[in-house]
Amino acid sequence: MYTFSSKLKTFSLILIVLGIIGIGYGYISTPSSIEEVEKMLTESHHGGHGEASSDAHATHDAPVAHDAKDVHADAEHKEHVEHVYHQLQNKPWSALYVAGIFFFLLTMGVLAFYAIQIASQAGWSPVLFRVMEGITAYLLPGSIIFFVLLLAASFHIGHNGMFTWMDPEVVKEDKLIQGKTAFLNVPFFLIRAIIFIGVWNLYRHFARKFTLAQDESTDDSNYKKLFKASAAFLVFFIVSESIMSWDWIMSVDPHWYSTLFGWYVFASFFVSGITVLTMITIYLKSKGYLPEVNKSHIQDLAKFMFAFSIFWTYLWFSQFMLIWYADIPEEVTYYVTRIEHYNLPFFGMLALNFIFPILILMNADFKRLTWIVIGAGAVILFGHYLDFFNMIMPATVGDKWFIGASEIGSILFFAGLFILVVFTALTKAPLIAKRYPFMEESKHFHY
Amino acid sequence: MSKVIHAIYNDDDVLLDAVHKTRSAHHHIEEVYTPFPVHGLDKAMGLAPTRIAIAAFLYGLVGLSVATAMMNFIMISDWPQDIGGKPSFSYLQNMPAFVPIMFELTVFFAAHLMVITFYMRSKLWPFKQAENPDVRTTDDHFLMEVGIHGNEEELVSFFKTTGAVEVKVIEKH
Repeated sequence: MYTFSSKLKTFSLILIVLGIIGIGYGYISTPSSIEEVEKMLTESHHGGHGEASSDAHATHDAPVAHDAKDVHADAEHKEHVEHVYHQLQNKPWSALYVAGIFFFLLTMGVLAFYAIQIASQAGWSPVLFRVMEGITAYLLPGSIIFFVLLLAASFHIGHNGMFTWMDPEVVKEDKLIQGKTAFLNVPFFLIRAIIFIGVWNLYRHFARKFTLAQDESTDDSNYKKLFKASAAFLVFFIVSESIMSWDWIMSVDPHWYSTLFGWYVFASFFVSGITVLTMITIYLKSKGYLPEVNKSHIQDLAKFMFAFSIFWTYLWFSQFMLIWYADIPEEVTYYVTRIEHYNLPFFGMLALNFIFPILILMNADFKRLTWIVIGAGAVILFGHYLDFFNMIMPATVGDKWFIGASEIGSILFFAGLFILVVFTALTKAPLIAKRYPFMEESKHFHY
Repeated sequence: MSKVIHAIYNDDDVLLDAVHKTRSAHHHIEEVYTPFPVHGLDKAMGLAPTRIAIAAFLYGLVGLSVATAMMNFIMISDWPQDIGGKPSFSYLQNMPAFVPIMFELTVFFAAHLMVITFYMRSKLWPFKQAENPDVRTTDDHFLMEVGIHGNEEELVSFFKTTGAVEVKVIEKH
């Protein structure tokens, strides 16, 4: 049985407290009125960085000689300030949302991985099942917090306007969104979220129940139930995951769509989930637990990290190249915004998520060295956080992005909560599912 | 002229076990003939690990370079065109369009050169005579060839205890 060391517990609590402070500071420092934004904008215009944009304003204003046109420019300016005001108000919400969905979906990645291992009757992985179950314990709190964030966006709590299609004023003047209201409307959106989160949690609940029962039983009836539940869950998951990615991520850009978006999001959180699984396995092993896990298991996990990093790049590039080549205005704006305003995170994540893993994890011997796997894992996790950042932020805060108190605070908060929940769950059951039918094979797994 | 022992087995697990025993008894295994690749046999025989992975990586780099040079010549320097509003004056700016070719040629070169390397290292070429000493090693039997150095009696009785279905002494030319 695993015991949650008090050091790690304190560490996770410190992360949570630091996170709450960061998130709180993010909300407090958000400008509370349009006048404040106006003042901020004029200040930054006079600063060095404002040179170019004030020049642009000058040329823009130059042909304006008549009073009528002056009024028009004034209205335009007012609209711009209001727009920036909304972006700044969205910022702490979006920061919370990105970190929340990242940790929540990463547990879903582990849950899907777990279901695949069971449904495919894999012989190498059963020694890792209890670690996976520990990680998926975060699903319940993670999904509940995330649902609260969806509610906050749906009811515009605290000026949360992340989803523009939820604003009737916007929809009134937008033909494209009007055509999508049969699907993109708040009640249906929330109903879908409840169904998806509910079924995923039900599977996790019953899977855990069946494996624990299997430990104590005398036949394999619980294993058979687990197998059937996993297969059924995978069918539901692959459909719901795709719809989830349209709802929770793609719809922040309600005009834009990509048909492989579901797979792309899946690849991102799947590789993140496997990376976290690997890191926690190595951590537990370094503390003397999991004696059955050998270097071949670690190497296989690292292979998955390597393979799915490439799979993610494949999907990222497929999506990018088609849109880049076709150059259709309503599609290509998605990438134009990101390349213009998010240049560093956009291309940076490509280096972190593709070039780094492919070079460092290609060598078979490196996949067996724990410090290399941990280091590569940290880079992959940071890279995929940036991926989610790039999916959400351009639509909600535009060029007003910054990785500051709210973003770091949100990561710390969810990381702390994740560690607390996961390691508490690990103490609840023996780390080896002793009566799982393929356990012997897994213990002797040798590459 | 040298004498060798041919010990024949009909199960890969028995063969692996026999290889372990032979090595720990310090008899020199010349070769093992099997109808299919036996997992772990190279390690059991004490063969040096393969370097094909390093070769594959280098071949991949060759393929990537060939693709880059080829696309640069065809699409940029020799015959630049304006495709879909993307005039091809710079390789870098048109790179996304070339990535599939760069990827495919990397794989193509790595795969084909790897197979050719394997053939050369194994001394395989068209019309080559098979070296299998016994046709049954292409069907369902496994054969271990061990050199005799004046210890014929001892070796024959040793291999009879390792589960061999047949032990033969052969004059090798």
